Parts: sequence; structure tokens; C-alpha cells
Amino acid sequence: MDAQIMEAATAYEIKPRQAVALETRRVAKTYPSDLGLIRAVDDVSFEVRQGEFVALVGPSGSGKTTMLAMLAALLSPSSGQLLLDGMDLAQMSDIERVRLRREKIGFTFQANNLVPYLTALENVELMLRLNGRLDKAGRVRSQELLARLGLGERMANLPSQMSGGQQQRVAIARALIHNPSLVLADEPTASLDTERAYQVVETFANLIHENNRAGIMVTHDLRMVTYTDRVLQMRDGKLVKQYVTREEIEGLAGGRLEH
Amino acid sequence: MATKVSNPSADLPVFLSFKEVWRNRGRFLLFSLVIALITLLVLFIAALGEGLGNGNREYLAKLDAQLLVYSEKSDFLIAASRVDPALSTSIRRVPGVENAGPLGTSSVNLVSRESGQTLKISLIGAEPGRPGLPPVISGQPLRASKANEMIIDSNVAERSDIKVGDTVVVQSTQGTDTEEYRLRVIGLTDSRQYSLAPTAFVPFQTWDKVRPKSQAEVNSNNPTANVIAVRVSNPAEMEVVEARIFENIQNVETATIEKAIQNVPGYSAQQSTIQTQGVFTLFIGLLVIGGFFQIQVLQKVPQIGVLKAIGAPNPVIAAASVLQILIVTALGVAIGGLLTFLFSLSFPPTVPIVFNGQRTLLALGLLLLIGPVGGLVSIRYAVRIEPLKALGLSS
Ligand SMILES: Nc1ncnc2c1ncn2[C@@H]1O[C@H](COP(=O)(O)OP(=O)(O)OP(=O)(O)O)[C@@H](O)[C@H]1O
Ligand SMILES: [Mg+2]
Repeated sequence: MDAQIMEAATAYEIKPRQAVALETRRVAKTYPSDLGLIRAVDDVSFEVRQGEFVALVGPSGSGKTTMLAMLAALLSPSSGQLLLDGMDLAQMSDIERVRLRREKIGFTFQANNLVPYLTALENVELMLRLNGRLDKAGRVRSQELLARLGLGERMANLPSQMSGGQQQRVAIARALIHNPSLVLADEPTASLDTERAYQVVETFANLIHENNRAGIMVTHDLRMVTYTDRVLQMRDGKLVKQYVTREEIEGLAGGRLEH
Repeated sequence: MATKVSNPSADLPVFLSFKEVWRNRGRFLLFSLVIALITLLVLFIAALGEGLGNGNREYLAKLDAQLLVYSEKSDFLIAASRVDPALSTSIRRVPGVENAGPLGTSSVNLVSRESGQTLKISLIGAEPGRPGLPPVISGQPLRASKANEMIIDSNVAERSDIKVGDTVVVQSTQGTDTEEYRLRVIGLTDSRQYSLAPTAFVPFQTWDKVRPKSQAEVNSNNPTANVIAVRVSNPAEMEVVEARIFENIQNVETATIEKAIQNVPGYSAQQSTIQTQGVFTLFIGLLVIGGFFQIQVLQKVPQIGVLKAIGAPNPVIAAASVLQILIVTALGVAIGGLLTFLFSLSFPPTVPIVFNGQRTLLALGLLLLIGPVGGLVSIRYAVRIEPLKALGLSS
């Protein structure tokens, strides 16, 4: 399995450069506090191309979740620009953001990912319902995607009848089913054991590459970056380092975090 | 770049609310049962109000007259009022009066000759051809003014074996003796309760003869009515005519039928007590429903956060919440209505509950309404949940 992934990743590297899906320009987010302003995200600029799976890492409090929330159009930046498919998220009205989230973004969250009263299949189809385009083809695609994620037997199960790893995989299917431009994952492995965590992130990476989406995963677990194409490291709200080559990434995944 | 606007399918709130209720059917059914019990209570209170109210007002409310003329200082108490039946002759001469006649009311025992069964009834006397006698639904109306004939209302028929064609005995106290009078039942009318009792009607002169009397009354021999019932030619001019009667006739006071009903002893107090109970029960229902859905929405913060984060617009969240409350309330009210109906079947006709009145409809309407109203706070709360919660953040 691992060898296969390495192959896929290598194969991806030699592909021609893809179009930019997401670009942040000098994005900052400040929170007021008793001690003055907290710069949770400070002057961060980067871009993510279609078909690229990027990890966002950094110590606790470094601004990862805040960054992700801004990318998800859930939080407005204090300054800077966030361009998704060329549109600036910072300039959008609330209603436009809600629409953008269901049309152009796919999500997996750390916890409480799924709607508890919907089955695995219904949770995936929900994304299509939200966009008013659940048709026969969509149903079939949802089932195929779940089967692809090893959940062929679990489609009629409620979240409470599934393991954490299975739930994360359903969330991955939900994040991809509507062909979003950007897929965001917040600590997808936080509640999983190592074995499951590898499986989930591996499948995630494969699907992002296959479907040519832009993917960003926030993670604490540096071992997981082995499946990503690039790693963005944050500290105190700043983007301090990028790991681009396989060597750098594997070095990071092996635990040699450079300062 | 595709700029096709994609909105949620119109049935999304329906889908979400039905799925949620169905997949948590145990919990929601339990809560529907709580609403059913509240419904049962509210409907019984409404039915009791209607039933007791009817017992007091039915005869008067159905009276073919718009005004009652009482003796002076009777405080609009029919039983306390004493008027000369001849007064109706002068009242009939007042312009705008179409017809007027004496009414007598009293309480007597009615004995079935067949079974010997005794029923306490209100005996009402009125002159044939004048206001006060009801139309019959079977048999003959009263025509002769002195005949020993009687019309019974449906309550008498229901609570005894007396039927049209029977001869019955009226027992009444005359001074120190109990006298018995034989009368023939010639007609049946619909429910016309008076003084919370089944009612029978006799010609006024017959009534004056058989009504219970004190020793003084037995000796005096003057015919006495309680009130004069007045039918006006044009109901729109009722108040003008009332004022004319009051001006032209000495030593009387007048009241509209509505006022007469309000002054039936205990009627207003009873009705306002029952109404207060009903309102309080509805209020408790409001709080219970509000509390339930508020607790529920607090538990649902993460999942609503996720729904919003993945792009569910607020109107969808709000509509799904309202629908869910409506489903649960409607189910509860339906179960409660059914329970009430089944219970009511087991009640004997003597229990004064009436389920087909306006009040039952009003109560049902209010019960359905308290769901969304009680849940308003929780709906507002749901709409205000921030999608950032899905990421464990708050702004
Ligand atoms: N609503 C807020 N109000 C004030 N400060 C906030 C708020 N949210 C986040 N912060 C601060 O912003 C900084 C970045 O927080 P953030 O949650 O983005 O970090 P993180 O990298 O996700 O950390 P972790 O790995 O612990 O999840 C922290 O110092 C945090 O205390
Ligand atoms: Mg975080």
C-alpha cells in the first residue's frame, strides 16, 4: 500500500504544473485581548494548486485552525486577500460565503463530523441536496465513493454505528462528492489510532490527486505529512517554513523537525 | 468557471426534520405523549367549561327572545324576580316589541310512571304562542294554555325512560304538603338545560298551578311569573326597545339575554375559573415544549454548526426546526385528541362535558400553536449558532 502511494506521489511530481486553486496574500487575523491585539495569523501568503495536497503544521496556538477557518469562509481576515478560483473570500457577503461553502469547499472536521440522524449514504448525499442536485447519477456516485472508501457494507449505518475511522471516511466522501475546488481537513486523524490514521490520510491523498482537487490538512501528527505534497509550517501566526521536496517532507515525517 | 447558482433543494427542511424525528422516534414519541397528556387535560377543561356553561345557559341562549324584563331590584336573578304575568300585555304595546310572554322557572321532581324513576328537572312555564317554548323535534308542540301537557328536552329523555306519549308525575311542594300532578308528554325538544338540570316545558298556567309554593303563595292565588320574555321586531333595535320598556313600564329592570346569562348565579365565576385553568394548562404546555426543545438545541450545537459550515443556509435550519416542532406537537395533539375521545365515550351523560363545542376547536388550535411559540427561543438559538463551532472556534 505504502509503496503504491509513494509511486502515486512521485508520479504526481512529474506532472505539469497545475492551475492555482487557492491563493492567500498577506492574510492576517487579530483578536483583541487584555494584553492588546493577538496576531493569531500574521501576514501569511501561499498558494495551492489543483491536485495538490498540502499539510498545515505547527505548535499549539500557532494559528492553524484560525487559518483554516478563514480558508473555509467561516472567518473574515483582518487584512489581506484569500482568493479561491480567483474570487476574494474577504470581499463576500455572508450569504455568498454560505453558498461558496456548499459549492466550492469540502470539509472534514476533527469531531462531530457527521449529521447523527443521517446514514452514511445520506450524509454524503446531503452535500448534493444542499446544492439542489441530488439526482440518480449523484446517488450512484455517492455509493461508488463510499464503496471506494471501503464502506460498501456500511452505507445504511448511522454514525453511532460506525467506528471513528469509518466516520472520518464518510466525511471524506462528503468532502469530495460535490467536486469542490478546495478540500479542507481539520485534524482528520485526531481521534484515530496510528494504523487507522495512516489509512484515512492515504485514501484522502489518493482521492485528492485523482480528482485533481486542492487539499489542505491541518495536523498535529507529523507522521501524516508523508502523504502530502508540501508542508506549510506555522509558528506564532507566521508561515515560517515550507517543506517541498520529498526528502524534506520525509525528513519531517520521520520526526526531524527543523527549526 | 461555473457560476451556476446552486440552492438547497426545496424539500431539504422536510427531509432533515423527518429524518431526525424518525431516527430518534423513541425520544420524540415520549415527548409527544407528554404533549398528548397536556392536550387531554386542556380538552377536558374546555369540554367541562362548555358542558357546565351549557348547563347554565343553554335554555336562555336558545330562547326565541332578545330581552328579559325582571321585577325591580331583583339584581337580574331570574329566580328572585317576581312579575305579574299580565305585565306582558302592556309590554306588547311598547313600539318595537313583536311578542312578549311570561316565563316561570322552578325545580321539581319528575317521576316516570313506568319505572318509578325520579329525575330532578327544571320546569319552565311559558304561554303557547308567546316566547319561551322551544320547537319540538318530535311529537306535538304545546298549544292549549291550561292543558296538562308537557314537552321534555333531550336530557330528560337521555337520563330517564320517559318518552313522548307517556304520562308522568310532577312532584312539588305546596306549602307543607308534597303534591303530585299528572301530565302527558306530547313532545320532545333538543337539549335546553337550565340551572344545570334537564328541562321540561309546560303551558304557563299549568306551571303556575304545579310549581312549588310556600304556604302564603298557596293561600294567595295570584298568578306569578319570574320574568317576561320579549321578542323585538328588529333585533338591531334591541337596545332602543329595551330603553322604551324601561321608561314605560313601572317597577321593572331589563336585560339582554347575554346579560341575563352573565347574571345566572355562579355562571361568570365558574366560567372564569375554568378559563383560568385552561389558560394555565396551556401556559404549562408552552413552558414544557419550550424547555424540551431548548435542551435539545443545546445538545445539537455541534451538529448544527457542522450543517452550517458545510453550507446549509439559516432559512433551512429554521424551517427544519419549525417543522420538527410541528411534527411532534401535531402528533401529540392527535394522540391526545384520540385519548380524549376514547375517554369521553366512557362518561355517562350526566357528566357535563361537551366536546363538540367551539371551545374544543379553539383549544386544539391553541395547542397546535404553543409548539412553534414555545419553541421560538430554541429556533432563534439554532439560527444563531455559529458555523465556526464546527471547528471548535468562536468569534
Ligand atoms: N476567538 C478568539 N479570541 C481571542 N483569541 C483567539 C481566538 N481564537 C484563537 N485565538 C488565539 O489565536 C491563536 C491561534 O489560535 P489557533 O486556534 O488558530 O491555533 P492552532 O494552531 O489551531 O492551535 P492548536 O494546535 O492548539 O489547535 C492562539 O493564541 C489563540 O489563543
Ligand atoms: Mg487548532
